Amino acid sequence: MPKLNLEPNLTDPDAFYEALTDVHRRCTPETSERINARLVLLLANHVGDVEVLREAIEIAAASDRRVTATDARTAETHEGSR
Amino acid sequence: MKPSTYVSPVYPYRRPPELDQGGQGNCPVVIVGGGPTGLTAAVDLAQQGVRCVLLDDNDTVSVGSRAICFAKRTLEVFDRLGCGDRMLAKGVTWQVGKVFSRERQIYEFNLLPEGGHKMPAFINLQQYYVEQYLVERAQQLASLADLRWRHRVVGVQSRPDTTRVQVRTEDGDYWLDCEYLIVADGANSDLRRMLDLACQGQVFNDHFLITDVVMEAPFPTERWFWFDPPFNPNQSVLLHRQPDNVWRIDFQLGPGADTDAAIDESAIRERIARMLGPDAEYKLEWVSVYTFRCQKMDSFRHNRVFFAGDAAHQVSPFGARGANGGIQGIDNLCWKLVRVLRGEAPDALLESYDLEQQQTARENIRNSTRSTDFITPKNHISRVFRDCTLELAEHYPFARTLVNSGRLSRPCHYRGSPLSTPDDPSFGGGAAPGTPMPDAPVMRDGRQGWLLNLFGDQFALLVDARVSDSAARRLAQTLGRLQRRVPELRLVLVGPDAGEPAPAGSTVISDPEGLVVRRYGLSPGAAYLIRPDQYVCARWTEPDPDAIETAVRVALGAAGQPREVSHAQA
Repeated sequence: MPKLNLEPNLTDPDAFYEALTDVHRRCTPETSERINARLVLLLANHVGDVEVLREAIEIAAASDRRVTATDARTAETHEGSR
Repeated sequence: MKPSTYVSPVYPYRRPPELDQGGQGNCPVVIVGGGPTGLTAAVDLAQQGVRCVLLDDNDTVSVGSRAICFAKRTLEVFDRLGCGDRMLAKGVTWQVGKVFSRERQIYEFNLLPEGGHKMPAFINLQQYYVEQYLVERAQQLASLADLRWRHRVVGVQSRPDTTRVQVRTEDGDYWLDCEYLIVADGANSDLRRMLDLACQGQVFNDHFLITDVVMEAPFPTERWFWFDPPFNPNQSVLLHRQPDNVWRIDFQLGPGADTDAAIDESAIRERIARMLGPDAEYKLEWVSVYTFRCQKMDSFRHNRVFFAGDAAHQVSPFGARGANGGIQGIDNLCWKLVRVLRGEAPDALLESYDLEQQQTARENIRNSTRSTDFITPKNHISRVFRDCTLELAEHYPFARTLVNSGRLSRPCHYRGSPLSTPDDPSFGGGAAPGTPMPDAPVMRDGRQGWLLNLFGDQFALLVDARVSDSAARRLAQTLGRLQRRVPELRLVLVGPDAGEPAPAGSTVISDPEGLVVRRYGLSPGAAYLIRPDQYVCARWTEPDPDAIETAVRVALGAAGQPREVSHAQA
């Protein structure tokens, strides 16, 4: 039973996405990289629970490998919310 | 350069009696290596009445300050061994640390040791003092601790039932047979190689340069750690005070550094001038370039040979877990050897050394590896995360918890140790089985003292005797029966009424600040069973003699109750 919430949870998904892309709009890749790193650290602290964070790290890494069942589950979730 | 603050003692070579007795001899325990780990073993065994020979191929103490940071639990071990006060008096006690990134201080921390403990969280003390004080303590026990200098082990035979070492001296070779062999001959252990045993783990490529300087400096007694300072760009620097106005400056040189160039005296002076300014007045005391590994052996026991200290496990220096880990391991081993040699415990007790110390070594390696990876990021993105963490730490407290310049050594909690009895769930707090006993101030015979000084070398029962009338009579009966059945058990009674009779031979204390009751979560009639190494192995709110006797047997390595029967889960 995953502890990480993979159901829709954002109060305003479009506004969040806009804010995320806006902050990077005029950035060099180096600046973007640092912003993303700070974001990860800030949000990780807000989440707090290391088990939840481990799950998120696993899914994030697995998505790039495109091999795991977790990956498939994530894809289903996206389809379901479309 | 020559050290100006310390003159190394020379311990003379003496012709061993074996050379005049057919080149053979024997001793219950032989220890190889006269560093902090081996010397602690010699003192511990001798203090507990076991004869031992320590063999060292040199005739003096550590050259250079090397390990300088000694943790509370280690000091408590030294105190049990009769040399803690001396270490504490000479050592520099510190508790504030400052962390800098580039040219700015980003935060400071205070180890804020809780009051009411004899020993501080840490002292800084050069390794040579620690070794010297241990040698001098061993010399007080010379009838049992035989320290042999300029004796090199050149061969070893290890079989399930016999152990022998071949020792070379300037007068010739001899053989020593022993019941048990303790190998504490350091990270590049000759004995480990002779026995063809592996030590595996991670090798780090970063080079570090230690420069110890003597100076009258305005810096306070604090641990200062810099990430990427202007005077050592892209690398870290540590500044830490030792006794005798010696300051440890530890420069990270980075991977693939030209170590020959780094150790050149003018290069060192340039480096220090960049840090302290061109006019700083100081004397160079000792310099050394080092790299490190985080690794351990798969088993610390091989037949009747026990590996300890750096010979068994090595860590990075961040967190002060090397010498502290070695000494705390010996604390774990010696009481077990003593009891098996006396025939009071089965061989299984010795297996628990490997179990408990593998757990400790894994914890130390994990912590020191994490520190190392923070201090020396291994790729581009790790560096980005590290730098962003430091940046955020200046403004936001949460990020300070991520900054890792060394997680300083704390004693291991032996979770699931076969020597522990399942915990009594009616304790709300206090010290669980498998943890070292917390200290507290006590009064005994009208004098102030410390709880820990009443424990060690024997099994002991700490009893809350604040009971009266019929309960007091019941308790006295329980303890009386227990004394007859477990003669080794020392009884320490907290706070009985003056009128109540205490069992003969027990120690009666009072708890003036209420800290014994609080730190142990005591209630009247409750009891803690304490191992000879001052670790808790069982506790009860309503003890009975059968349960206590069984718990002593379990702590001596007899098969206990099945571990799956856990009261905590029932």
